[in-house]
Amino acid sequence: MLQGIAFYVLAAVTVIGGLLVVTARNPVHSVLWLILTFFSAAGLFVLLGAEFLAMLLVVVYVGAVAVLFLFVVMMLDVDFVRLREGFAKYLPLAVIVAGVLLAEMVMISLVVAQGGAVAASAGPATPNPDATNVEALGRVLYTDYVYIFQAAGIVLLIAMIGAIVLTLRHKPNIKRQDVSRQVGRDRNKAMEIKSVPTGAGVKPEDLV
Amino acid sequence: MVVTLQHYLAVAAILFTIGVFGIFVNRKNVIIILMSIELILLSVNINFVAFSAYLNDVSGQVMAMFVLTVAAAEAAVGLAILVTFFRNRGDIAVDHASVMKG
Repeated sequence: MLQGIAFYVLAAVTVIGGLLVVTARNPVHSVLWLILTFFSAAGLFVLLGAEFLAMLLVVVYVGAVAVLFLFVVMMLDVDFVRLREGFAKYLPLAVIVAGVLLAEMVMISLVVAQGGAVAASAGPATPNPDATNVEALGRVLYTDYVYIFQAAGIVLLIAMIGAIVLTLRHKPNIKRQDVSRQVGRDRNKAMEIKSVPTGAGVKPEDLV
Repeated sequence: MVVTLQHYLAVAAILFTIGVFGIFVNRKNVIIILMSIELILLSVNINFVAFSAYLNDVSGQVMAMFVLTVAAAEAAVGLAILVTFFRNRGDIAVDHASVMKG
């Protein structure tokens, strides 16, 4: 009973939050609605018994991705009113496409419900009481999926390098330390000996 | 009020539809499009976790973790491209994005 109430509240908040993400006028508000959506989705995960993924969702999505979005939205000085042009124009097409998509998915889930693979189970299967969710996840992640796990690490590394390479820029007028030039500097490159005749002196332009 | 697998699948389907709807409606605003993609990936994650819980197989949650990883990487690279695009052009209207082609 209580689980049902919790599910319906969390599901409603998730769906309404998602709807407000795509319809909010101000992108900053969109990001804040996105955070709400992620939070309630994390609640749904807790209901399903996936506590670790729920915490991961809060930490990674709310703590990192949403904040990244917030930074970018606030950093870019964009005329958001102009970006909303065509909202009404595209609305009918979007409603049609979304309606067709939803109808198809509802149809498929009805088929699954009638004698599909998981029709019999009425509630979440009770997990093994000996192992917590984190423990069960870790046992599978570091054995069966260890190569994919490593690949995920490489994906993150490449994404990090890619983001840095894309956004890093060298301004031409800024003096920077060039270590290889400093180390490669020796006496022959750094100074020049000129023989100055006695009494003639040196003109400044000769020194260059 | 027994919550069955179909309930979770319905939530995920609605969220997926909202994501696609958002991409269609906000054709000019890349930031909202990226957020819509995040919504779609979240709905995929809900599906993974729901099936994982109802079939009592933890592999689904591992897959959801990988989806999460890829989503985070995609958001980082997408926003980096967005920042570069904004620097070069001064706005983020997608319908002008064809100037990016080499």
